[in-house]
Amino acid sequence: MTVKVNRFKCGYCGACVGVCPPGALELIETWIEVDKTCTDCGICVRICPVGALEVQK
Amino acid sequence: MKDRYDVIVVGAGPGGSMTAKTAANAGLDVLLIEKRQQIGDPVRCAEGVNKVYLKEYIQPDPAWISAEVKGSKIYAPDGAMVEMSEKLAGAEVGYVLERKVFDRALVRDAALAGAEVMVKTRATGLLMEDGFVKGIKAQHMGEKYNIRSDIVVGADGVESKVGRWAGIDTTLKPKDISTCAQYIMTDIDIDTDFCEFYVGNKIAPLGYIWVFPKGNNMANVGIGITGHMSGEVRAKELLDDFVQKRYPGGKVIEFIVGGVPVCGTIERTVANGLMLVGDAARQSDPVTGGGIFNSMWAGDIAGKVAANAIKHSDVSAGFLQEYETKWRAGLGRDLDMSLVVKERFTRLTDDELNTLAHSLEGIDLGSVTLIGLLWALFKANKKLLWDLRSIFKGIKEIEMEASVEVNS
Ligand SMILES: Cc1cc2nc3c(=O)[nH]c(=O)nc-3n(C[C@H](O)[C@H](O)[C@H](O)COP(=O)(O)OP(=O)(O)OC[C@H]3O[C@@H](n4cnc5c(N)ncnc54)[C@H](O)[C@@H]3O)c2cc1C
Ligand code: SF4
Ligand code: SF4
Repeated sequence: MTVKVNRFKCGYCGACVGVCPPGALELIETWIEVDKTCTDCGICVRICPVGALEVQK
Repeated sequence: MKDRYDVIVVGAGPGGSMTAKTAANAGLDVLLIEKRQQIGDPVRCAEGVNKVYLKEYIQPDPAWISAEVKGSKIYAPDGAMVEMSEKLAGAEVGYVLERKVFDRALVRDAALAGAEVMVKTRATGLLMEDGFVKGIKAQHMGEKYNIRSDIVVGADGVESKVGRWAGIDTTLKPKDISTCAQYIMTDIDIDTDFCEFYVGNKIAPLGYIWVFPKGNNMANVGIGITGHMSGEVRAKELLDDFVQKRYPGGKVIEFIVGGVPVCGTIERTVANGLMLVGDAARQSDPVTGGGIFNSMWAGDIAGKVAANAIKHSDVSAGFLQEYETKWRAGLGRDLDMSLVVKERFTRLTDDELNTLAHSLEGIDLGSVTLIGLLWALFKANKKLLWDLRSIFKGIKEIEMEASVEVNS
């Protein structure tokens, strides 16, 4: 289980990275990567200004 | 690249560049790294800044000034308007910047002061020894490097990890971040002399919409809403609603998104061998979301404290506390005040917002400061704004009156 990033929507702003409690997200130049520490809390999904993130069950 | 520096600054936004420039000017061996390949791009900013403050740190250059403005107009949900402006001709108070050019000018200044700059270089962790930060782990063009330094400055913005790596929890709660979307629009009818703000729970829940003139018939039209209001509706959708109603024939020529910390001061911003600056230290204003000047101002202090620490061969958190004390003395009170204002204003209904705007009808605010505006509002609406009373403590009534009535 993890978060899925829609790279076609994402504007690589880093907002999601700043709110992720375990620090599972990383903005690498122009894309977001999710590591295995993601707990599926959904906070990043909520705050993304464009809705580029989705918790994948 | 060398394998050792006095100071490594992570992030080449305004905060990092000012830190690097000040430290290099003081004679330190400085490395400034930035993970993007182009400084400041994509922009994450509405680009409004107070011009008087800015002059202290960089010589104004038409290359990065998109427009000059005389003041602000704030629109309540029913359309009532509150104006804050400089009436004297030629007394423009603010710039709307071209941040791509501005941020690069700041990096250039750091480089000219002697700092080494590396772009497309990302910090991926810290080197730690005996509880002290001793440098960074970095990646550049796919290669991994360990680069040592006596001090690391985290100026890595809203997505900051440097603080977390050193054990400072800078994670933002949803209510502590403003989530934003912005268009550059053209072919729209705008007031070129004013920055406009639109408030209301329907159009921008716990936030606001801004229209900042960019010159040449362009404007930054954007929205920021508090993170916990985002989800069912999002910044971009709300912006689209506004744009369709307000500028039906307008043309969008650029789109950006972003997040600004609006949490107010955090517990600490120094550790052994480490300082945090700007958005990474959550120094942006909780009400306005403004952080350009704050980050530069704090960066300048951090650069000076770094020089002092290296001179005394003491980079412990105890010594670097000088940075913490100084920035809190200068900025902490403003951020605390803004937080009180934010807490109150975000609980107002649209009707109450209308009431506030109407209460100022017929009052000439002149070249009012924010505290002056709040004082005028407080005096006319004591019951509604009673929670704000604490922010006026210690400020002489005379000063607040003066700031309201200057030009009336
Ligand atoms: C939509 C929006 C509108 C805004 N409007 C205004 C406004 O009108 N006026 C105002 O004053 N402020 C405004 N702000 C806030 C302002 O943009 C920030 O406060 C300001 O940019 C902070 O500067 P900084 O140097 O701290 O961080 P940034 O400018 O964010 O710079 C941080 C840099 O660090 C880099 N970085 C991050 N991690 C790493 C890493 N691991 N390794 C290397 N580099 C890294 C990033 O790529 C970035 O370039 C706005 C913000 C947003 C999102
Ligand atoms: S908040 Fe959304 S747009 Fe911004 S980097 Fe994260 S996924 Fe991309
Ligand atoms: S769902 Fe939660 S833990 Fe997972 S990436 Fe998003 S914010 Fe981080």
